[in-house]
Amino acid sequence: MPSSLLAPWPWWVAGPLIGLTVPLMILVGGKNLGISSSFRHLCAAILPKSTLAYLRSYDWRKESWSLLFVAGLVLGGFVATCFLSSHPQPLLPPEIHDAAGALKLLGGGLLIGFGTRYAAGCTSGHSIMGLSNLQKASLVATFSFFAGGLTGALILHLMTGVAWGPGAGGGS
Amino acid sequence: MGKLKFLLLGAWFGILLTKAQVISWYKIRAMFLFQEPDLYLIIGSAVGVGAISVFLIKRLGLRTVAGAPVDIPGKTLDKGTVIGGFLFGLGWFATGTCPGPIYAQIGSGEPWALFTLAGALTGAWLYALLKPKLPH
Repeated sequence: MPSSLLAPWPWWVAGPLIGLTVPLMILVGGKNLGISSSFRHLCAAILPKSTLAYLRSYDWRKESWSLLFVAGLVLGGFVATCFLSSHPQPLLPPEIHDAAGALKLLGGGLLIGFGTRYAAGCTSGHSIMGLSNLQKASLVATFSFFAGGLTGALILHLMTGVAWGPGAGGGS
Repeated sequence: MGKLKFLLLGAWFGILLTKAQVISWYKIRAMFLFQEPDLYLIIGSAVGVGAISVFLIKRLGLRTVAGAPVDIPGKTLDKGTVIGGFLFGLGWFATGTCPGPIYAQIGSGEPWALFTLAGALTGAWLYALLKPKLPH
């Protein structure tokens, strides 16, 4: 296999292919790309007796495509890491692998689940699918996502003095 | 093929997210600290290709491969778009992960991503609980 395939793919390969997922989902699947609805799906499936309207009104058996799609995401992560990567890089920092790190991921995950359901979409459903469909709500959502993320970065900067801007280190 | 096609579509998307390094905590941090332009370019080029595709699908009146009419529902703008979006952004920065990458991280063999998923499911349940009281 060519080594360029086994290295991380540059943005001008990966970005357009990610964009192609939009028409693939529409034309092959008959669905709109979106991931965070799977959280609602899993909640409704795990708590079938819940009386909460948001879960009760969701027919998770009828929407089983959502579960298959995220199962595919797990499979894709496995295939890409085990068969399409010559030097897989760590995805999370090593020091996060303790009890405090687990709590941090639980808390951050809580914000992800609550926020994406409140906003009715995530980076996939709003920032890729919604923006591709020129939805004003998705533009507002995308600005809000980045406002939240940049606020987090500002807090980290004020607390730890981590540097902003190019040449400040960071991404591997 | 039935619904199994969604497993393949998900695998396609998961491979892309992984090879684009969108599922890396380091890359998310570098994006929000403006240390690298890569992720902005990935999102920008993805939206460019996606927007041209949606335009063509509508313009040419394409149907799905199963012969059904194409259905692209609009997105509703309300207070949740802003408040929920902001909270998600904070979580995105804190975990270095957004929803799709949580699943791809699990598949890549990162066991701690299961904590992110457990948090996200709890968050979705909390939203279900509080939805009647939240401003929309």
